[in-house]
Amino acid sequence: MTGSENKTPDRAVGSIGSSIGHVRDQIRQPLWLLAELTYACPLQCPYCSNPMDFAKIKSELTTEEWLTVFRQAREMGATQLGLSGGEPLMRHDLPILIREARKMGFYTNLITSGVGMDAAKVAEFKEAGLDHIQVSFQASSEDLNNLIAGTDAFKHKIEMAKAVKANDYPMVLCFVTHRQNIEQVDEILDLCIELEADYVELATTQYYGWAMHNRDQLMPLKEQLVEAEAVAHRYQEEQKGKMKIYYVVPDYYEDRPKACMNGWGNVFLTVTPDGTALPCHAARELPGMTLPNVRDMSIDEIWNGSDDFNKYRGFDWMTEPCRSCDEKEKDFGGCRCQAYMLTGDASNTDPVCSKSPNRHLIDEAIAAGREEAAKPTVEQKALVFRNPKNSRIISAR
Amino acid sequence: MSEREFNDDTVLVLAQGYRFQWEPAQNCNVLLYPEGMVKLNGGAGEIVKLISEKEQTVAEHIAELTAAFNGADLAEDVYSFLDEAYKNDWLRK
Repeated sequence: MTGSENKTPDRAVGSIGSSIGHVRDQIRQPLWLLAELTYACPLQCPYCSNPMDFAKIKSELTTEEWLTVFRQAREMGATQLGLSGGEPLMRHDLPILIREARKMGFYTNLITSGVGMDAAKVAEFKEAGLDHIQVSFQASSEDLNNLIAGTDAFKHKIEMAKAVKANDYPMVLCFVTHRQNIEQVDEILDLCIELEADYVELATTQYYGWAMHNRDQLMPLKEQLVEAEAVAHRYQEEQKGKMKIYYVVPDYYEDRPKACMNGWGNVFLTVTPDGTALPCHAARELPGMTLPNVRDMSIDEIWNGSDDFNKYRGFDWMTEPCRSCDEKEKDFGGCRCQAYMLTGDASNTDPVCSKSPNRHLIDEAIAAGREEAAKPTVEQKALVFRNPKNSRIISAR
Repeated sequence: MSEREFNDDTVLVLAQGYRFQWEPAQNCNVLLYPEGMVKLNGGAGEIVKLISEKEQTVAEHIAELTAAFNGADLAEDVYSFLDEAYKNDWLRK
């Protein structure tokens, strides 16, 4: 699971295609099911959005349980299924899950690091009906340097990229950027050209889970962003018609918050490896959550009836300045998890917003990143890597 | 309006990774693509359905739709939808 921003399923509803109004008072059906199949992962990315205490979670849903979740969500109208993790390739039943989900009519998206993937697996998934593979590159600068330097890992990526192409998938690559690698955007994009990518997402690190813990070490500097944006725009021009490059400015550097999850309990449903249903993949950390589990309740009961999913639906929960803001239908007050992590109250305005009385917290975080970056390397805080050992140490505190 | 990149003789197909299907829960036709969905209204749904089922020229699609809708003059509507669909990369040549 990367820390990248989720795309919304109905973002491209055009005038011709649209017969839906945006009815906020009525509960809409879930459109997007993100199935975090496992927290097991061969990587240790310090910007992972998985919870810090993931090592505590032992009891993964069985194949049958996952298929029940898929069936129930599909019956309610969900069309997009994200198979994520951890690393979803760690689940040996992945081909079965893909095949059954595809039969139900889901558009199946595999979100993977590609570690553990080979040409035979790509072909097997294709045969099972997988619609789309997104390969997230774990581009810490060391990994990236290794890749570019032509190590085995690089050869493996090339081979896998060829297999993805040979099986007629669009090549979708995702790089998570942060202070340690953002100056390499040109090298990243050159690599994408070499891999013949069709789509590249330069996703900025979002500060949840492990990334929040490592925020001072990951926060990009303003001048890095200006440069990266210029490079991205240059490549966008050069690659027009060949490779589509998405570049998103990190929300900390914006003055309006992101429309997180396209509204709470509006289109997104995440189910974690142990069956906890969440309105977004970071919501487990919020206080007062009842954390309904798909082992005890149906998706319908959870989506329509649970306290968690109704908690921040609509606008009644809002505090000022959101409550009277004429932009609230555009951004839904931003991210509840970010509001809670930074201000201590999840119903506050996302402090990214310049109208928030807490905006200074964002500016201070940016400044703290700069201060950290200015220290001699030996004095800088080390990145804490996402692994079971660190998870146990941190969650025991 | 800029010059159109296709004409009566062009065979348009769904772009790579796009899938057309009927959604009972939404009571409409949709186009699904990586991490996204477009809901299609009645007319748009009919056009995309035909494109997903038959590899034929734009003129042939128009003729078939015209016959299905009792000879109504649909050419302009079809072209205006195809323009938008092509511009959004839902269709390719």
